[in-house]
Amino acid sequence: MTDVIRTNVNITVDGRPVQAQPGELLIEAAERAGSYIPRFCYHPRMEPVGVCRMCLVEVEGPRGATLQPACYLKVSEGMSVTTDSDKVKKAQDGVLEFLLANHPLDCPVCDKGGECPLQDQTLAHGSGETRFAEEKRHFVKPIEIGALVLLDRERCIQCARCTRFASDVAGDAQIAFAGRGDLIEVATSPTQPFDSVFSGNTVQICPVGALTAKPYRFSARPWDLEQVESTCTTCAVGCRVAVQSSGNRLTRVLGVDSEPVNHGWLCDKGRFTLDSIDAHEDATDVLSAATRITEPLVRRNGELTAVSWGVALAEAARLLHEAGDADAIGSIGGAALTNEGAFAWERFLRGAIGSEHLDAQFDDGLDPVLLQALPLATIDDAANAPVVLTLTGDLRQELPVLFLRLRESFAQKHRTLIELSSAPSALRSLARHVLSVRPGETPSIAHALISGHLPVGTLVSDAELDQVRSLLGDGSGVVIVVGRANLAEDQRLVDEAIATLAQGLPQARFLVTLRRSNVRGALDMGLGPRLRPGRGVDAAATGRDTHAQLSAMAQGVQRATVLLGGSLLGNVVDQELASAALTASSVIAVTGHGGATLAFADVVLPASVQHERVGTVTNLEGRVTAVAPKIGAPGSAWPDVAIASELALAWGQDLGLGSVELCAQAIEETTGYAALSVLQDQAFDGAVMGLAVTPVARHAMDPMAFPGIRSTKTAGLGESSGTTTLLDSSTTASTSVATFADVHLTRVDVPLADAYALRLVLSRRLYDRGVAMQGSPALAELVEPTTLLVHPSDLDHLGLASGARVQVRAAGGDFEIGVVTDETVVRGTCVAPLGTLDETGANVIASLLDSSSPVTQLRLETR
Amino acid sequence: MAVLDAPLIVSSRRDYADSFTLSRYLETGGYEGLRKALTMFPEDVAAEVDKASLLGRGGAGFPAGRKWSMLRRSPISYLVVNGDESEPATFKDHYLVERDPHQLVEGVIIAAYALQVSQVFIFLRGEFALGLERVQQALNDAYAHGALGSKIFGSDFSVDVVVHPGAGAYICGEETALLEALEGKRGFPRIKPPFFPAVTGLYGEPTVVNNVETMSNLPWIISNGGAAFAALGAGRSTGTRLFALAGNVKNPGVFELEMVKNTFRDIIFDPALGGGLAEGRTLKAFIPGGVSAPWFGPELLDTPLGQDEVGGLGSMLGSGSIVVIDDASCVVRATWRITKFFSRESCGQCTPCREGSGWIERAMYRLENGGGRMEDIDLLLDLCDNIAPGLTWPPQQTTICVLGPSIPSSVHSAISMFRDDFVAHVNYGGCPHD
Repeated sequence: MTDVIRTNVNITVDGRPVQAQPGELLIEAAERAGSYIPRFCYHPRMEPVGVCRMCLVEVEGPRGATLQPACYLKVSEGMSVTTDSDKVKKAQDGVLEFLLANHPLDCPVCDKGGECPLQDQTLAHGSGETRFAEEKRHFVKPIEIGALVLLDRERCIQCARCTRFASDVAGDAQIAFAGRGDLIEVATSPTQPFDSVFSGNTVQICPVGALTAKPYRFSARPWDLEQVESTCTTCAVGCRVAVQSSGNRLTRVLGVDSEPVNHGWLCDKGRFTLDSIDAHEDATDVLSAATRITEPLVRRNGELTAVSWGVALAEAARLLHEAGDADAIGSIGGAALTNEGAFAWERFLRGAIGSEHLDAQFDDGLDPVLLQALPLATIDDAANAPVVLTLTGDLRQELPVLFLRLRESFAQKHRTLIELSSAPSALRSLARHVLSVRPGETPSIAHALISGHLPVGTLVSDAELDQVRSLLGDGSGVVIVVGRANLAEDQRLVDEAIATLAQGLPQARFLVTLRRSNVRGALDMGLGPRLRPGRGVDAAATGRDTHAQLSAMAQGVQRATVLLGGSLLGNVVDQELASAALTASSVIAVTGHGGATLAFADVVLPASVQHERVGTVTNLEGRVTAVAPKIGAPGSAWPDVAIASELALAWGQDLGLGSVELCAQAIEETTGYAALSVLQDQAFDGAVMGLAVTPVARHAMDPMAFPGIRSTKTAGLGESSGTTTLLDSSTTASTSVATFADVHLTRVDVPLADAYALRLVLSRRLYDRGVAMQGSPALAELVEPTTLLVHPSDLDHLGLASGARVQVRAAGGDFEIGVVTDETVVRGTCVAPLGTLDETGANVIASLLDSSSPVTQLRLETR
Repeated sequence: MAVLDAPLIVSSRRDYADSFTLSRYLETGGYEGLRKALTMFPEDVAAEVDKASLLGRGGAGFPAGRKWSMLRRSPISYLVVNGDESEPATFKDHYLVERDPHQLVEGVIIAAYALQVSQVFIFLRGEFALGLERVQQALNDAYAHGALGSKIFGSDFSVDVVVHPGAGAYICGEETALLEALEGKRGFPRIKPPFFPAVTGLYGEPTVVNNVETMSNLPWIISNGGAAFAALGAGRSTGTRLFALAGNVKNPGVFELEMVKNTFRDIIFDPALGGGLAEGRTLKAFIPGGVSAPWFGPELLDTPLGQDEVGGLGSMLGSGSIVVIDDASCVVRATWRITKFFSRESCGQCTPCREGSGWIERAMYRLENGGGRMEDIDLLLDLCDNIAPGLTWPPQQTTICVLGPSIPSSVHSAISMFRDDFVAHVNYGGCPHD
């Protein structure tokens, strides 16, 4: 494909010749030329609507100069524009006066006061006195339009940013204009609140204080805030964020406009879970995720007791020595670590102790060597690919901002989506083809996509398979988004499907949707069986993954286990096995939060968490960015790097990795993996490992588009120079790079489907009972109770309607559950969300799973 | 005296009580224009309309033939008929849809044939209960008669027509807001460019939007030839036009008059037409083209009823509504009522109209009802200037659509012509006429 030659467009702005890009909006071209045009409704990440009329400028035309909205007008050759004439000033002043006419004078009690675009423009250009002698418009204020967002309609200036975001960007058209004239208001439907998982973005982009976030309301004044730029590690997308605090109290997280990643958007979980970090000073129950662990704990007479670091480290070292040889020691977890933390633990556990049994994936991931062997795609690659094939869970629930980026591609740019679907998904309505995949069929459908031959009994038609195969070709231009769509389906079945696709579509590239925060970085640092730091693989090694470790623990083979993160029980699917394993093995838990798992811990070492630590992290596409501390860790919690180093010392070896900088330096020097260079430039969109990607200087963030960021005092946030010298990130210097030859796949036989049973799909919800949600007062109540989704025809058989309760016969026993019908559930399957509880507070999901089989079958019966 | 010798083109059946029925329509030459059109090439039908030099009757007065010629060639295109006549004192389309629905339907089919579109939407004001019923009945009859649907009168041409009732918003008379409403969205006018629905219209496809009266002229034009139509009137204003005469006249109503040949004095004072003002009253002012047009004083009574003749004097013939204001009327109250209408009907999308209309209405209310301040008079002019910079005619605008610059017309006219009345209101502390 040849590049289209794009000639510049010559325009004149205030008498100066300016070169603009074809199709560029006048407001952008003028800004680059140094003529900033005031604006309210315009937002660089959304289609312009030209409604606020603040950006009116004079444009020469056939009928003389007329006032035109600069945000809506595209540049054309020879265009001549005046942005500062008396006529323009009068029009803009007039619009500002109109906007203020009905706007209440409650700035002193408004959250936006101090960072408000309307306030700023008024201060800069407005008249000192009002000419408006009338009664202002009145509404009840504020009203709760969703669980997290309040709306003050009196303050609204009808810029349509929020409504456009909801309908165009998020695809959740739950807010829209109602009424007309100066009584027009943003409203929700009486039956549908604004419960979008992206609702917080509307608050961030509101140019006035009309939309406020319930968790942040009245908690701070902008001029008391300080911020750092960092990376959100709530999931693996790696959204760039501005983390703000007032003193040592976290107040707010705002999305930074990072071109390759999040475009300024965040999901509500990433935005609002900050109160799980520092909101619980009085919580003391170590078994609760709401509790921060602030002191080292050692089990004495059956009770976890606070001790000094020295005592705790000595006890942990003793347990490791006591276990015996390296084969009796392992570690589970690590996705919540920074790369430096993961590297330090890897160097201790594998380098010093010699254990190969490390696994950052909680039994819900993919084969680590396969992961490292896949040709990678970036988020941008996926968002620009002509054809995207997905074999993953519902991205809106699992990796929300990746969903936004892909949704834009399909909804706005009409690119082709092929969904290999095992459960309902928010991208479904945008898919060109949906191939239904029932649990156990994943490898055979993947084989069919390559061979063209469908096995007997699938729900896919030959005609549709042919159409999809012709779209896929040899994989050129295809990005395959893969992950674990169904946690009740054996991982090895998915591994096989992915390997089949990778080898059958040699030109395709992969975006792997592992969703746990820094799981990619932890694996890249070697926290996985057979892996080595710097994305290396030791082809000859053998190590236990999480499931194997749990079995070994239960059998007494693995006698000491380091839990990197305290939420094992909340995360592994097979709860029964996990409990047996934790009981049998010595457990050293390194965690920032409490949790049920700590009931089994012998030593608990308190770690700093997100927003308290410095380091680098790697997102799902392999992009390495810096995380920065905004507040200090509570009590005597330490950074992971320090805990690993000090435990190594106590055990008997000096790793020489006593600080984050030393770790970063060691990573970069010994493996070629970007670390120290990224750490040194926090306002940087990062380096993508494995791909040669040229860093691009970041656009200045328009304070009108990103209020709250530019107005806040900053340490290390702003425009990136983009000049960071990177090591050549397309090679890794360490041990061998993974190839498909290193991947060892095990074929798994799937039992025949029972015609009277439904196959179980275990899915993920964004709002689950994980640590972040449980610890966050703002979000904890949003977790919905467990329900079983089934196809209507499967419920018809039982003579039941949606909303009924049924009796489930499962491997773990019989119990009752509510069922809801959904047309998009694959027939013959039922979908249950992991990490939820039923109305009585029982974890029925754990009882659903049949861990002895690669797929789980359930029988539903009337009560 | 008025010149009344021109043929009646769109109101020829006005004396029949059953003018809306198919039988009466057929008896009086109905559907002959369509039969003739179907024997012609579509481009020749369009050429006749172009020859007639028929100016659009919706208000802007854009030549229908030229609008048709701008229709972008596309596999899908639409014809949309704008029957959302909602402005106070404008009621000529109201007359046509109730009294001669078949004439509209025939015109629509002729236009659809000329444009080769197979789907037409008639967007009728929702409050036209009788009109909606009669147009729907006319469509049903036309289908039954073979004049509509597939293979019309045995030809190869097929077209369907759907009536869509508006939901009660004046703004949907703005053609792009109408298209949005027709698409099932909120009736917000679209921002320009693109300037013409003929390029990007309904569902993004090329669309011709024509007024009810424009369509109703087509059967006569095709039957009698474009040249016969162009022979009527003078200059750019050809043919006849319906005028809705309202206000302080003895005989308000809808009158069809040859363009240009008559003056405002004729229509207001001729005993066969408006019949003059009530006894003892004198003319204070009149609005020549609907409440969004600037006003004229009595000195302009002899202005001919022609598009350019009125346009040249700083107002417009607009929607064909003429409002007469006599010396016993309060111009401040009249102005307030007009601004109240625009304030209630502003869609709220863009700032100057949304906020400006409400502010102006409230200030006008105070002036009329007490609480007016002397500075309000110039404040009103300045607010008007912030909606229609320069207060020129045709207006410039800071708004998305022309509803914006419609607001200042009456305020600017009334203050310019009758500032003393405003001052008197301030001094009196209310309306001296009360």
